[in-house]
Parts: sequence; C-alpha cells; structure tokens
Amino acid sequence: MATPAPLATPAVTDFHAWPDPHGRFGQFGGQYVAETLMAPLAELTEAYERLRKDPEFLAELDRDLTHYVGRPSPLYHAERLSAHVGGARIILKREDLNHTGAHKINNTIGQGLVAKRMGKPRIIAETGAGQHGVASATVAARLGLKCVVYMGATDIERQKINVYRMKLLGAEVVPVTSGSKTLKDALNEAMRDWVTNVADTFYIIGTVAGPHPYPMMVRDFNAIVGREARAQMLTEYGRLPDAITACVGGGSNAIGLFHEFLNDRDVRIVGAEAAGEGIGSGLHAASLAAGRPGVLHGNRTYVLCDDNGQIAETHSISAGLDYPGVGPEHAFLKDAGRAEYVGVTDAEAMEAFHLLARMEGILPALESSHAVAQAMKLARELPREGLVLCNLSGRGDKDVHTIAAREGVTV
Amino acid sequence: MSRIDQRFASLKAAGRTGLIPFITAGDPSPEAVVALMHALVEAGADLIELGVPFSDPMADGPVIQHASERAIARGVGLGDVLRWVGEFRQRDTDTPVVLMGYLNPVEIHGYEAFAAEAATAGVDGVLLVDCPLEESAVLEPLRAAGLKTIRLAAPTTAPARMAQLCEVAEGFLYYVSFAGITGAGRLSTRDIASRVADIRSRASAPVAVGFGVRDAQSAKEIAAFADAVVIGSALVERLDGAGTADEAVARAKDFLAPIRAALDAH
Repeated sequence: MATPAPLATPAVTDFHAWPDPHGRFGQFGGQYVAETLMAPLAELTEAYERLRKDPEFLAELDRDLTHYVGRPSPLYHAERLSAHVGGARIILKREDLNHTGAHKINNTIGQGLVAKRMGKPRIIAETGAGQHGVASATVAARLGLKCVVYMGATDIERQKINVYRMKLLGAEVVPVTSGSKTLKDALNEAMRDWVTNVADTFYIIGTVAGPHPYPMMVRDFNAIVGREARAQMLTEYGRLPDAITACVGGGSNAIGLFHEFLNDRDVRIVGAEAAGEGIGSGLHAASLAAGRPGVLHGNRTYVLCDDNGQIAETHSISAGLDYPGVGPEHAFLKDAGRAEYVGVTDAEAMEAFHLLARMEGILPALESSHAVAQAMKLARELPREGLVLCNLSGRGDKDVHTIAAREGVTV
Repeated sequence: MSRIDQRFASLKAAGRTGLIPFITAGDPSPEAVVALMHALVEAGADLIELGVPFSDPMADGPVIQHASERAIARGVGLGDVLRWVGEFRQRDTDTPVVLMGYLNPVEIHGYEAFAAEAATAGVDGVLLVDCPLEESAVLEPLRAAGLKTIRLAAPTTAPARMAQLCEVAEGFLYYVSFAGITGAGRLSTRDIASRVADIRSRASAPVAVGFGVRDAQSAKEIAAFADAVVIGSALVERLDGAGTADEAVARAKDFLAPIRAALDAH
C-alpha cells in the first residue's frame, strides 16, 4: 500500500486562530478546485470576510436565529437515560428543537443572508439526509430566492419525506444518478452547477467541507451551538463538562459544538463517526477513524479511498453521515491530538435511538443517535457526578420509514 | 528542449495549429488505449492528453465522468495508465503525452513515486485539474523529474492572477473557453478570441484552447487565434460503445481526420 506523505502537525497554542489566511488548518483544508472556481471563491471569501465583521449583518443574523430559528436551544439533562446507563449525567444540546428540526438551519440562515448581501437571486445546495436541503429551501422561501437542491437518487429513495418537504417549500430537487448516487455525488453535481451559473448563483454548502472559505464559514455559523452550550453549562451546572461528543459525517454539527471548547484543554472531545456494519467489514463511513489523508471536494482532509485514489462508496444507516470525506478542521484536530474520532455502528445507533425514544420521549435523528450512543459510552467511563455533553443535532421524524423498514414493520 | 516545447516550436515553424485530442485511459476498453493513442497520432494529433480516471471528477461533464466510471469499473488505475504510456513510447518517441486528471490518485500514489514512474514511462506533462497555483507546492517532485505542470486559465480568471499564470506557464497554457464543465455546448468565439489574444501577448508558453470544441467547424474557428485546439468530450462520446480496439481506432480516425483537415485549411 502506498504511504501518504507524513503530515506536519503544528504545535497549536490557540485553536481559535485557524484557518490561516490561505484557508489551511495545518496541512488540511485549502482550495483544491479547478481554475474556473478560483474567482467565485475569491469573491465569496472577500464578501464573507467583510460580513463576518459587519455589525449590521451580525445583528440581522442574530435576530433571525432568535425569532426564526428559535435560539437559544435548551440543554436537557436526560435523567432516566443517565440512570439507565449508570454513569455520568448525559446532557443533551437540543438542536433538534430548531426550526426545520436540526442544526442545519444555523448555517443556511447565515449563508442565505450572505447570498442576499451579495445580490445572488438563486441558491443551490447538495443534501444527503435532506436536512440541509430542507434548511436551504426554507431560507430560500423566506428570502425570496430561487432554490435548486441536488440529491443522490439513493438518498431520494430513503428520505422521501424530506424530498416532499423541499418541494412544498418551493425548491426544485434534482436527482443525481452518477457514482454512488449519494451525498458525494450530489456535491459534485452542485459544484458543476455553480461553475456554470456562478454569475447569479450562490452555493450553500451544508457541511464544513469544500474549498476555503466554506469550512470556516459553515463552522462560524454553527459555532453558536458551542457558544450557547458552554455558557449554559457554566450557568446551569457551574462548570464545564468532562467530555463533549457529536456525530461526524462532514462534521458541521460537531465542529459547531466543539469549536468553543477547543481551548478548554481539560474537556475531552470525541467525534462519533458512522462505523456502519463495523469498520472491519469495510461497510462504513469512518473517514477519520479508518481513512487516510487525501484530496476531495476542494480540500485536503482524511478520505476513504482505494490504493488507486478512487473515492470509496461508504455505508451508514444514516444518510447524513454517509460521506467518504470529512471537514478539514476535524482532520487537523485529530492530528493535533485535540479530538478523538471513533466509530459507532448502525446497531449501536439503533439501540441508542430506541433508548432515547422510550426513556426520554425524544426521537433523535439517526445521525444524532450515533452521538447519543457515544455519549452513553463516555458516561459509563465517568462517575455519577460527571458531565457528558452531547449534541442532539436533529430530530428523527424523517427517519421513521427507514427504521420501520429495517425492523420489518409496515407503516 | 522538452518534447512539448519541441512540438510547439515545429508547429510554429510550419505555421500550423496544434491538435490535442483527449481520451480517458481505459475507455472504451483497456485493450484499446495504446492502439488508440497511435491512431490519434496517425490522424493528425500533435499531442495527446490522456485522462486518468477519477471517481469524483468535479470539473468534468457527464460524458467524461461516465467514461471515468466505465474505466474504473474495469479496474483501471494510475499504474495502468503509466504502463500504457510506456508501451506507447516503444513505437512513438516524438508525440508528447500529458496526463490529465485529479490530485487524489497522485497524492495516494505518492508524489515522489509518481514523478519517477511517469518520467520513466515517457510522460511529458501533467494537468491536475483540482490543483491550482496556490496549492502547487506538492507538485515540486514532478517538476524535479522534468514533468511540465500544465496550467489552466479561465474566462473568470482575474487580471492579476492571469498575469501570474502567464508568467509561470510551461509547456502550454490551457485556456478553458468558458466558465463551465467539460463537454458543455456554449462557445462565444469572438469573446474567446480577444481574451486568448491578450494571453498570447503576455505568456511565453503557447496557448491551447479547449472546453466546448465539438467538430471541424468549431475547431477551425478557434484555430484562427489559438496555438492549439483541445478536443475531449466529443471524441470520448464518439468512442463510447466501440466493441473492439479496431472499432475504437476506426472511430477515432473518422472523427479526427476532418478536424485535422479543417485546421490545416486554415
């Protein structure tokens, strides 16, 4: 097997100082795109660098997050689940209670406002589970923008409800039939649309991947999750959690939670990747736990690929984690030793799903169920007075058909 | 003088426009690749662009994407592509070969190993679509091994950046004739002409124009102002489904001959 070049991991003193001006997180990130995209990326970078410091823009964003999304989302102590596990207290950050049912709206509200300020009348998006597509369609409807969502044909089949929601919101959903017909292919197709229609089109990428400035911009818009949660922990529990966890596909909800805690070196940070049927089975989507550094979708990061460099087809019960790459900041945090990334199997996620449903009356998204499963593992390792903070990134209504089918139930 | 420089020098001396066909290595079949390369030369190709299949070709349209998928399904990898160039070189030591593809296969193969193997096989240049100037430090081993790094320029490229590209361009500068993916159908010749004229006045490297060239007519229009014409998707489309290497060779010759004639009539 070919060995990738060894990666230089810088000694990091301030994790909030990244990316560097080239959009790099150490060796990761960057802008690995065709020449045709360099100009639109420069235009976007310039606009976003200006807006992220613009008090008017930030005030508008803040108003929307409060009155439209419903922020702040609460912290919730899952008492019965914690007692059942028999370890530390499991605290859930309830992003599932946001408008549209997941953290994804934090980002689409932000990028939608950037699109509006840049004068782009048309937005495009890629989606896996459909949550980002719904969140993009929602924002487009509210801002009066045309919206086209690219979605893999396989994902359209397993997320019918979200497809219909997007249509109800006025978006056009374009099935992508190339490659593995999942999220990565939808991203390729959206990128092609953008290259072709860049004059009037804003591409809302749904995760912390893609070329710079996307990993930074999507992180910034989701970082509200960690900012709120950190302040809420201090107010409600008088201290920071011992460990925090979130599921990692592309990694936007995870970086959203993690970022504010990165310089709190005593807080253990664990990302839960989709181990599918087990990492040993080859049927998984654990890019950090089982992949290697490579280049995909505009950035250098950990990818799942074969020895010819062909990107692998991944597997996860949850469409939102079914992605062979991962945001470059996570790759950086892994190599810097600041965060750990571990696999959670389909079966473990399903078990966590049922436990949370029956013990707390919360149906988590299948993606978030991976985080819940990981939170349970972490809680078991800690004493009762310990605190494990888990990002409950989305609600599971969209998944009931998938779960019923898996369990042989006709709805 | 490198094979690419030599070729462009002799084209210039003869007052001819270069013809650069693109094929995806492994499509329509792995057996046909080397024979196809020779056929392209016989039909008038001055330089061959050989596509290295990649699973996620973001900058390519459906035609080349599907050709890549078919090649990958047949198990074609970077090692095969290098082997085929080596075989081609046994009979043709004059025609430059440029590998065109994406970064990940090279990254996974290892830059040092790739550079050494490609140079040994007889590759002359490499065009890595998703590796812009800013990320090119990783390509240093390729340069050290004597491989030319072919750069892309686009209608969206800003003036300051264009100046930079003109300065570093080596082998030839590949001008993407519009801001779209490969194989799309739009082409405003007058617009391209003025931009290419501007680039040619500033770059010491010759300028090849591609993306959207479909037939003798569009090739001829571009020949009026470019040093070379690249033709990709239309050729790949024509080759799709050729059942045997002989058929692929026949199709390639039929397709390329009128284009060569049109360029020479210019």
